[in-house]
Amino acid sequence: MIFGSGILKGMLVTLKNFTSSYFKGPDEGGLFTVQYPEKRLPEKENFRNFPFLVFDNTPDNLRCVACDICAKECPPKCIYIVREFDKEGRPLKRPATFDIDLTVCMNCGFCEEACPFDAIYMDHDFEIANADRHDKLLYHKDDLLKSNEYFRKIRPTNASAVDARRHEAEEKKKAAAAAVAAKAAAPKPTPPAAPNSPAA
Amino acid sequence: MDQIFVTLKSGILDQLGRFLPDWALVVHSVLISITAIAILGPVTMMYLTLLERKVVGRMQNRPGPNRVGKWGVLQPIADGIKMLTKEDIVPLRADGVLHFLAPVLIVMPALLVFAVIPFGRNMTPVNLNIGFLYFIAVSSTSAIPIFMASWGSRNKYALLGGMRVIAQMISYEVPMVLAAVPVLMLTGSLSTNDIVTAQSGWGGLQWFALTPWGFAGFIIFFLCGVAECNRSPFDLAEAESEIIAGFHTEYSGMKFALFYMAEFMNSFTVSAICTTLFLGGWQGPGFLPSWLWFFLKTYSLIFVMIWFRGTLPRFRIDQLMGLAWKLLLPMTLANILIAGFWHFTHGWIKIAGSIALVIASYEGLVRLNQRYTPEKRVYTFAE
Repeated sequence: MIFGSGILKGMLVTLKNFTSSYFKGPDEGGLFTVQYPEKRLPEKENFRNFPFLVFDNTPDNLRCVACDICAKECPPKCIYIVREFDKEGRPLKRPATFDIDLTVCMNCGFCEEACPFDAIYMDHDFEIANADRHDKLLYHKDDLLKSNEYFRKIRPTNASAVDARRHEAEEKKKAAAAAVAAKAAAPKPTPPAAPNSPAA
Repeated sequence: MDQIFVTLKSGILDQLGRFLPDWALVVHSVLISITAIAILGPVTMMYLTLLERKVVGRMQNRPGPNRVGKWGVLQPIADGIKMLTKEDIVPLRADGVLHFLAPVLIVMPALLVFAVIPFGRNMTPVNLNIGFLYFIAVSSTSAIPIFMASWGSRNKYALLGGMRVIAQMISYEVPMVLAAVPVLMLTGSLSTNDIVTAQSGWGGLQWFALTPWGFAGFIIFFLCGVAECNRSPFDLAEAESEIIAGFHTEYSGMKFALFYMAEFMNSFTVSAICTTLFLGGWQGPGFLPSWLWFFLKTYSLIFVMIWFRGTLPRFRIDQLMGLAWKLLLPMTLANILIAGFWHFTHGWIKIAGSIALVIASYEGLVRLNQRYTPEKRVYTFAE
């Protein structure tokens, strides 16, 4: 009620902030700034920024089949893919070139949504700052390739789901192959499994 | 420990006296004081910027500058290097002479007032018998370079800022001087040294701020001082939300740094004079040396200034003027009256009279500051 008591109240608030910044922890009203390069916050699993390509076991064994779906889906058109051909000129199921221009990429994640082969996923690596924006930020296939183990490390939930799905599909494929082999071996075959099963 | 700087200076003079004539010793004595002030001023300013950024940061739950050196101690030096190497831009149609002279001139009053500040026992650089008058006179001239800057920049924002500064400085000078009048009245001297010695009772704790009139005077003087050096919440002259940076809109690099320096040195000297007048200057219990007492008090006042800045939003220009002319000025006048009554009467008359004066002046202030609300009009025919 006294003239100026509002000012005093406000001054008390700032003084409390000032003292608590020295004596209290980050969750009790003290300083909550994390000094970034030395310390960092724990990585969130659902954090996504730039895409990378997944390979199984060895870098030659990459999942990408150069189908160009992600390049077509990409809104800013930052993906550039060239299919690889063998000596006779027949197309192979792998890319010869796979470039992503990170200066253009807008981190939308449409590529990983669109990919039917579980080949491209969003990475957690955000420290890509560079003095050369033309060469160093245009990532080629070798820069983009990362192992499935890495994927499993940074995004365990998604990776295990993907692995389970792929494993199931592989089992089905094997079963189907076995069935075909059995059909070829036996003179009178039994009718095959439902042709449009979702996992096939 | 108390006289460490005094003995240091006399020691240097003794060494010089071996091979210098007497008149040269006098010159050197002056030179040593000037050097000390010329170093103290800018260094104080540099570290006040760091202190301000740290304290305001802490008040906003940020750590403040902490990259350059431990706790950011080298930040002011890094800033200085940056300022020195920045391009100096003069607007095409600016008045070149004024634009150049303003930042040079604004540092002068800020440095000159250091001369009369009693930093400790026997540590007044120049013991003028009109010390306080000198402070008021010199510090009020800093309105002129600010107006030079705003006029010389040929920028409307700068001019607006300059006009605001002039209005503000002239208005706040009046209550500032009048708030100090009781002190001058009771000590009977304008010399800063005498004012400090007048507060030496009670083992160095008989400060004027501990008397009722002194406390009121202290608050008013400090508020006016904050307004005098254009600091928040009275920093209308550089209100970035309205007029970019006010009078130093068109300044960059070292010229801008000089304005900044003047502002911080002003806030230091205003706090120092406030300490001298009301907080007993270098007086204090004997376990600390006198100059340390002085710097402790001054820096706590500066902390309060920074605290203001971290808390309060900016005044509107009419509120600012209203505060000076309608509230602070009558309060100082009443305070002079009450101080005289408190000092020159005794017994119950002193207490009763003072209380009566306080009540009367409060009533008067409330009456005078009532907002005019027009009566509701009754329309006879227009219903």
